[in-house]
Amino acid sequence: MPAFRVEVRVMPRAALLDPQGQAVTHALHALGFAEVGTARMGKHLVLDVEAASRDAALTRARAMCERLLANPVTEDFSVAVEPA
Amino acid sequence: MRRVAVVVFPGSNCEAETVAAAQDAGSDAYYVWHRDRDLRQADIVILPGGFSYGDYLRSGAIARFSPVMAAVVAHAQAGGPLLGICNGFQILCEAGLLPGGLMRNAGRKFLSRPVRIRIERTDTPFSAAYTAGEEIIAPIASGDGRFVMDEPAAIELEANGQVIWRYVGENPNGSTHDIAGVCNAARNVVGIMPHPERRNAPVLGGPDGARVFLSMEAGDATQHAGDLRAVGGHHSRV
Repeated sequence: MPAFRVEVRVMPRAALLDPQGQAVTHALHALGFAEVGTARMGKHLVLDVEAASRDAALTRARAMCERLLANPVTEDFSVAVEPA
Repeated sequence: MRRVAVVVFPGSNCEAETVAAAQDAGSDAYYVWHRDRDLRQADIVILPGGFSYGDYLRSGAIARFSPVMAAVVAHAQAGGPLLGICNGFQILCEAGLLPGGLMRNAGRKFLSRPVRIRIERTDTPFSAAYTAGEEIIAPIASGDGRFVMDEPAAIELEANGQVIWRYVGENPNGSTHDIAGVCNAARNVVGIMPHPERRNAPVLGGPDGARVFLSMEAGDATQHAGDLRAVGGHHSRV
C-alpha cells in the first residue's frame, strides 16, 4: 500500500485567548522584532500513514483529528497529505 | 453508605486524598485502576486530580480512551452521579460528558493556592449539602484550569443553571463567566476545577470542601426519604 506523509496543524481557536502565543509575542517584541503583530501557537504533528490513495489518507487523518488530535471546543485543525 | 469508585489513571495524584475525603464523609470508597472494566457496583464515580498520561496532547485527551471509561460513560448515561475534580474535570470535558473545554491559564503560570468560590446551585449530587450563594475557600492546583466555551453556549449554560461553582473576588485563570465548575444537562455529571478533597477538615485549613463528599451521602438519605410517601395511611414506594 502506498505511504503518505500526513501533516496535521492544530491551532487554538481564533476567538480564544492563546497565552503561549501571547508570551511569544512579548518575547519577540522584547528582542526588537517590533514588526510582529501577534503570534499564535499550536501543534504540528507528522504522521507516516499507509493508505490506498491520497484521498483515503486524508479521510483517515481527518477522522484522527476529530477523534483525538484536536478538541473541537478549543481548537481548529488542518491536514496536508503528500506522498512519502 | 454509598459505594464510591475513585478511578486511578497513570499520572493521577489526588486519588488518596479523594478516597480519604469520601471515607471521612461516610462512604465506602475504593480505587479502580484505569485498565479495569468493572466499577464494582459503584453508586458514585469520581475521577480525581493529577496529570493523567502526562497531560500529553491535551489534558485528559488520552485518559478519556482508557478501558475503564466505557463503564464510566455507561454509569453516567444510566444517571449515576459522576464527579471530575481538576484533571478529572478535564477528562470529562474531553469525553464529551461535560460541556466546554479547559485551556492554559490566562496568566500562563501553574497556580497552586486557595481561591474563593461561590456555590451557585445545590441541585446536584455533589453540592446538595451547601446553601446556594454560600462562599467557601478551595485550593486550585492547575495549569490548564481555564474553562472556556463560546458566549452563546455560556449564556445557555447559565440559563440552564449548569454553573455550579464560580470564582468570586478574583478569577485566577481567566475562565469564561468566572466558571469554576459545571454540570451536564441531566445534572448527574459534575466537574470542579478546585480541589475540595484538599480542604475537608480543620487540619487542612478548614472544612470547606467536606460537603462535596457529604452531599453524596445526603443525596442517598434524601432519596430514601423521598421514596417513601404516606398514601392513605400506607407507606408506598413511589
